[in-house]
Amino acid sequence: MTTTKGIDIKKLVVTIIMAIIGVIFLMPFIWMISASFKVETDVLTYPIQWIPETWNAVENYKGVWTGTMPFLLLYWNSIKVTVLTTITSVTVSSLAAYGFAKINFRGSNFLFLIILATFMIPPQTLLVTQFLLFRWLGLYDTHMGLILLNSFSVFGTFMLRQFYLGISNELIESARMDGAGHFRIFASIALPLVRPAIATYAILRFIWTWNDFQNPLIFLRSKELYTIQLGVQSFADQHGSIYSLMMAASVSAIIPLLIIFIIGQKHVIEGIQLGGVKG
Amino acid sequence: MQSVSNAQSVEVKKQPTKVRKKSKRRNKTPFGGWKENVAGYLFIAPMFIGTSVLVLFPIISSLVLSFTNWNFVSGFEGASFVGIENFKKLFTTNLFHKALINNFILLLAVPVTLIISLALAVIINKHVYLKDLFKVIYFMPFISSVVAVAVVFQVLFHPSKGPINQLLMSLGVENPPGWIADISFSLPSVMLIMIWTGIGFNLIIYLAGLQNIPKELYEAAQMDGASSWYQFTKITVPLVSPTTFLLLITGVISSFKVFDLIIVLTNGGPANSTLTPVVYLYQQAFLELKTGYASAISLVLFILILIITYIQFIVQKKWVNY
Repeated sequence: MTTTKGIDIKKLVVTIIMAIIGVIFLMPFIWMISASFKVETDVLTYPIQWIPETWNAVENYKGVWTGTMPFLLLYWNSIKVTVLTTITSVTVSSLAAYGFAKINFRGSNFLFLIILATFMIPPQTLLVTQFLLFRWLGLYDTHMGLILLNSFSVFGTFMLRQFYLGISNELIESARMDGAGHFRIFASIALPLVRPAIATYAILRFIWTWNDFQNPLIFLRSKELYTIQLGVQSFADQHGSIYSLMMAASVSAIIPLLIIFIIGQKHVIEGIQLGGVKG
Repeated sequence: MQSVSNAQSVEVKKQPTKVRKKSKRRNKTPFGGWKENVAGYLFIAPMFIGTSVLVLFPIISSLVLSFTNWNFVSGFEGASFVGIENFKKLFTTNLFHKALINNFILLLAVPVTLIISLALAVIINKHVYLKDLFKVIYFMPFISSVVAVAVVFQVLFHPSKGPINQLLMSLGVENPPGWIADISFSLPSVMLIMIWTGIGFNLIIYLAGLQNIPKELYEAAQMDGASSWYQFTKITVPLVSPTTFLLLITGVISSFKVFDLIIVLTNGGPANSTLTPVVYLYQQAFLELKTGYASAISLVLFILILIITYIQFIVQKKWVNY
């Protein structure tokens, strides 16, 4: 290998080639952002103007944020549903994860197996009965219903359990000797120890709930309850021919995710590797 | 599972503890008995109740509903028992056959994604600078909203005005495909987007798998003068086979879950060329309001996935190295 001043030439060449492939890979995003800044007539001109000749960014985004499908409201709905789902799901999953990892109770393996098995079920096969159930319970067309749908995560339970398993049993047992109950141990010993894992799972749950399209599509009817994904779709239905606005809507739907992902990317990537599966 | 072996790498900060070594315990822990049981049940109760109500109960009621002819608007009185009528109809319906065939074609995207991801993972793992940056780049489509992605590709794939075809035409392709508007290209277009969004996830898991391969193996191979290609096929590929297996299973399952992308991109069209069982299920249940019939689709789909996963577990013995 040819090495000059610590830089490996071969490695550098590969890096540059990979960077070019990476840019091509991200082309759809780059195109989307660029189109969202353009006047409509420039969106489909060829060759593509990567940097718009005439800027129309303010008007486009204003049109999206305050138009017939006001993104301000959609954002508020999405944030509400996503934040509450994340909190509930993290709580439910970490309780169950602690239970499965650190408490010796009858049938724990069997119950864990049942919960793991439900991961294989495509959520669409449950939609019909869930829909009937929610109508019967009065949860249809409510944010509450949406929050419940995403709150019981096999992925979260499985992933957090891995972390709880890493806590030494001696630590837990000595706390028990000192007379602490499981809840006390959970809250003041275990939970602080797995805080990074909780953060990871919270970010992932946030991203997945934010991106959820299927559940809002089926469980929401009122326009004023729509989340951002549903909004983008009905926006596309209404303004399907005005591409610059559609791209501004798409960018608006993705931006919060990008921010959260870029801040927490290390967490996200480790979490995916640890949980192994999406769900 | 891949993820289990990773658990060992989890660092748990060493707590400055006053761990007193208590009396030696035998098989019997001092903390057993009913109190422990109650605590256990309380901890898992929210998760278990939620899963039961939202997953287990629906599966069982689908079974019951699938034998009825019912549309939920008509109330429970409108339900009538029709035996296996729904299933009969399902298996003789051309649309359902079409949807199944389409889904099996979609499965082809899984191995393609695996191959590309493994290649990228090997390159990123050893042969580039700025590893973390590359991880983020390839991961981006995976975390992005499918709806936004589908909307963007709708425009990119536009048959005459879309940037992709304009590029192809300027390169001299006279009759570029109509992509999602063309019956014979719509399914490949969907697959293309599936591959694009799936690479990030697969790549990240492969990177974890690669890290678990002992370096000495490559060093020894190098001593013996083995070429990079030889090392890749004889060391890397066999040793990441458990990871490949995990990704194959999740890939196959998730290809049966593809819904958002198709609904937004093509809505199953043109001419049902992108219809899949879940899209068909959605249409029958929520647009045609055939609750009983849709339940039958659910059930068939559920059983189909169980069978496919079971087969994968049996066949894995032939090619997965543990």
